[in-house]
Amino acid sequence: MTNEKDFRTIKTLNELKVGEEGIILSYNDKKYYNDKAPKLKNNENQYNQLKRHLLGMGFVKGAKIKLEKIAPLGDPIKIKIKGYSISLRKSEAKNIEVELN
Amino acid sequence: MKIKVGFAGNPNVGKTTLFNYLTGLRQHVGNWPGKTVEKAEGHLNFKSSRIDIVDLPGNYALSAHSIEEIVSRDFIVDENSDVIVNVIDANNLERNLYLTTQMMELGANLVIAINMNKFAKKRGYKIDMENLSSLLGVPVVEIEANDGSGKEKLLNTIEKSKENPIDSSEKLVYGRELQEHLLQLQKIIEEDKNLLDTPSSWTAIKLLENDEIISRKVEKSFIKDKIFKEVEKIGKHFHDVFNESSEEVIANYRYAFIDGLLNEVVTNPEVEMPTITEKIDRIVLNRILGLPIFLIIMWLIFQITFTIGTPLKEPFEYLFALIGKITLGFLGENIFSSFIVDGLINGVGGVLVFIPIIFLMFLMISILEDSGYLARAAFIMDRIMHKLVGLHGKSFIPMILGFGCGVPGIMATRTMEHERDRILTMLLIPFMSCTARLPIYTLFVAVFFTAYQGEVIFSLYLIGIIIAIIVATILKRVIFKGITTPFVMELPTYKLPSFKGVLIHTWEKTYGFIRKAGTIILAASVIIWVLGSFPVGVEYGSHESLIGQIGNLASPLFAPLGFGYWQPTVALISGVAAKEVVVSTFSSLFGGSGDVSGIGLALQNIFTPLTAFTFLIFILLYIPCFSFLATVKKESNSWKWPSILLCTTIITAYTVSFVVYHIGLLIGFR
Repeated sequence: MTNEKDFRTIKTLNELKVGEEGIILSYNDKKYYNDKAPKLKNNENQYNQLKRHLLGMGFVKGAKIKLEKIAPLGDPIKIKIKGYSISLRKSEAKNIEVELN
Repeated sequence: MKIKVGFAGNPNVGKTTLFNYLTGLRQHVGNWPGKTVEKAEGHLNFKSSRIDIVDLPGNYALSAHSIEEIVSRDFIVDENSDVIVNVIDANNLERNLYLTTQMMELGANLVIAINMNKFAKKRGYKIDMENLSSLLGVPVVEIEANDGSGKEKLLNTIEKSKENPIDSSEKLVYGRELQEHLLQLQKIIEEDKNLLDTPSSWTAIKLLENDEIISRKVEKSFIKDKIFKEVEKIGKHFHDVFNESSEEVIANYRYAFIDGLLNEVVTNPEVEMPTITEKIDRIVLNRILGLPIFLIIMWLIFQITFTIGTPLKEPFEYLFALIGKITLGFLGENIFSSFIVDGLINGVGGVLVFIPIIFLMFLMISILEDSGYLARAAFIMDRIMHKLVGLHGKSFIPMILGFGCGVPGIMATRTMEHERDRILTMLLIPFMSCTARLPIYTLFVAVFFTAYQGEVIFSLYLIGIIIAIIVATILKRVIFKGITTPFVMELPTYKLPSFKGVLIHTWEKTYGFIRKAGTIILAASVIIWVLGSFPVGVEYGSHESLIGQIGNLASPLFAPLGFGYWQPTVALISGVAAKEVVVSTFSSLFGGSGDVSGIGLALQNIFTPLTAFTFLIFILLYIPCFSFLATVKKESNSWKWPSILLCTTIITAYTVSFVVYHIGLLIGFR
């Protein structure tokens, strides 16, 4: 069962190590909804807003992305995307899937 | 000729620097009608034209999910502006142009001003401006906001654009797949003439993005069913083809358009050197050094603001005392002179003495903000603030400033983008024990806790912090249910703050404080004076005066807390005006000689150590002062939040004092 997928390393953005880079594969919407399974519409709204916000900030499919730094206390993280730096909490990064270079 | 111009662009691109450079002090900062978003307007004369400029909020997009974005797009759509200048950072074209595409979707009469070219060139980026301009169909001007180069050319271009407006949507072409579906949708939208006050292409795109405001507008159309059916159909189609929502598809196409553009226009350097920003961040955000550096900077701000600012209060205090004396000598002692001196001069003076502190604080914050460090501070503190009180990293600085004075603390919340974070922070700042409360603590510990003065005062500061955490947890449950603000925040490149910009910011904000807080304080001072000096003939603030009678009447309320006497009640009431007044009230109630040992004896007749401590807790937690409430009113732009603040602080103070007093009694303190 060798297929192309076996040669790819896919991680969620919060799992990246400092200095690792890759490209954005997708937003894992399903995982998000399953995690918070029975929970409220409010959460769903917040998630959609976050996603919309991130899209505007350049987190689109295929964008190059790099984990630059982790804050001294372990969270949030500093990310390089589209030529600039942005911070995200790990909990907000965990729905973004990244394929490592 | 009159030209109305809006400045739009991402945050941190030098938009406001350019605005300051062009308009200088010919500007006015207020709020957008009915919004808490700051609106800066200014004007300049250029040749024979008068150019009026509105500095729009910094945005990354024009969706409907933040007030700032709504304000900006309403300005572009509704207000009859002649030209929109889109300020763009040459070092970050890709993301900056994302906003540009959205303004082009609106067909705005755009001029693009590309800033920070020197820095970009130094890094090895080459931008073909002419080509960019012809590909976008929009005039492009190279500028340098901090030294004003390109200013003439920009103003000339603005003038030309006013005379020959363009429809910037013409050259904006998205991929065929999206374009075809947009056209279909547009055709349906165009059947209803009421929907054509904005370009149908914009309405179509916004509908596919599930934009709430546009959807609500279309709800009113007689063909809404037809429109929404088509939107749903396209959404489903996109989902089948791309496995993505229509929002994602549109974002992808916008970036695809930009990518295509940049391929033709920009030459990248062969090797990317680490920038100064990256080098600084290596130290400032270092695992081990990051936190200590942050704490040192905080300590410096606190020191500079309060150790330089507090002595500067004295000349102001002296000045007002002098004015009072002269007035008194001029008018003689009568009810009118008492009104002028005790009421107006003391009341207003009591607030104006804060000017040096406020000014210094704003100076510090402006430098921090303009240099780019503020975002790093928030980055470092977010973990603690988020875990402990469910707040944003940026709320740390206002809280720290609250230990000095709550008023600059509230004003420092302006650095936060989300209103709910700002409000929650404002509601918590009162519990940070401010310096005005310190004289009261000092007076009481000297009388009641001679052996443990430092420990008692320290415990009060600590109790304040613990109570803030508890109150935050409750407020999160009650008022701000289930809301957390994401920490999606740009970490901008470091910049040397411009002298002019920092001074303008500082002055604007200080002036705002004087003007707005001043008026409310004036009213409050008059009320306190009236209560203290009527009925005619009583000694100011005595038992027989109105305030004394109110104290008498209200004192049973404080009996459950152990200090149900009229004097502490009067002190608490006048302390609502300002905490500094509490000590002076005690001294005037107990003989007025200012003799501390005399006051001490009198206090011992009323308080026991336990009730004294309870009283201090109440002082720590109840309404900070009029200036505080006035500032919250001004900053939140409504009476709702100062009212809520009034309730939360009083309820908290009463509850905690009650608990402390009764637990104290149970343990056996007296």
